[in-house]
Amino acid sequence: MMDAMPEHDDRNALSWFFTGMRGLLSLPALILLTSIVGFSAFALESGLTRAEAVFMSLGIWALPAQVILVGSMASGANIAACFLAVTLSSIRMMPMVASVIPEMRTRRTPIWLLLILSHFIAITSWVFAITTLRNVPREYRATYFAGFGVTLTLTGTLVVGVFYDIVSGFPPVVAGILFFLTPVYFNASIWASAHQPVVKIAFVMGMILGPTLALVTPQFDVLCAGVGGGTVAYLIDRARRKRKHAGQEAR
Amino acid sequence: MIAEYWTFIVIAVAGFLATDIWRWLGVFTGNRLNEDSEALYWVRAVATSLVMAVTAKLIVFPNGTLAGTPLWLRVGAAGIGFAVFLATGRKVGIGVAVPMALLVAGLWWVGF
Repeated sequence: MMDAMPEHDDRNALSWFFTGMRGLLSLPALILLTSIVGFSAFALESGLTRAEAVFMSLGIWALPAQVILVGSMASGANIAACFLAVTLSSIRMMPMVASVIPEMRTRRTPIWLLLILSHFIAITSWVFAITTLRNVPREYRATYFAGFGVTLTLTGTLVVGVFYDIVSGFPPVVAGILFFLTPVYFNASIWASAHQPVVKIAFVMGMILGPTLALVTPQFDVLCAGVGGGTVAYLIDRARRKRKHAGQEAR
Repeated sequence: MIAEYWTFIVIAVAGFLATDIWRWLGVFTGNRLNEDSEALYWVRAVATSLVMAVTAKLIVFPNGTLAGTPLWLRVGAAGIGFAVFLATGRKVGIGVAVPMALLVAGLWWVGF
């Protein structure tokens, strides 16, 4: 995965697609597939059939949104209320996708291809994209991401289908411990991949504001923490860059 | 007939559509941003803050079995694990293994 150096441009697209596919054996992908096992237990307990759980995994491909939809449906909410709850949690997809697209495309990448590929962007593949895309020659980045994203989504959906009625036999504490993998993995990998100070400041802002705002505005906490924390982080970083720039000019 | 497929319709509309409209808007916005443009700095900061807010909430307010475990244990395991990760040269494997080991040891110690 990391052996891809930008100067080796002689490899063809199919070979980059397979390199992306190999990302399935990376730590983030394995951690996500483990947490998907937990979702499949949750779907079973909430009364979804196997086919419905599989359709949901493939159609949404965002674990928080899936958990919210299953929860809303189980509580008897109507389709409009379900839509509202899910769409509020999915607003975060917009900046996530928007921040990856400029790195993924070339000037000739067709928009329809990017629209299709965007379906495969969720937290895990976002982290994968921001950490590894820079090691891939630009013209093959979309192909490389497709290799990873499509394979991960299909495998994750397969896991939902296969584990649907196996997981109910696990002791609950195992599911709880597996659940903890996801946040600690994000902590380490996002920090390790942060090359710009603005990302580190935003990391700390989100970490503090997420749980704090959950107590104040449970419906909009993630959105407020993202837009508010991100904007503050951006302003701090801009002031830092200006000061640095001014310092250089004074000399 | 409709009743049989109603759940699938709900998933398609309130799940697929409700999520993917934001992904599509992200494509249209991102397609207009240049790498290293000032706007992309802001979008990156917002995306990072959003993801970290979701992550921190998974630790502080988890679902399922973890909800019944002590808050100090979850925050302590994640916090000490992150400090070890920072102190040992930022290897992702260590950043995952240390908090997991602390959580398991802590759960055993409190008799969970």
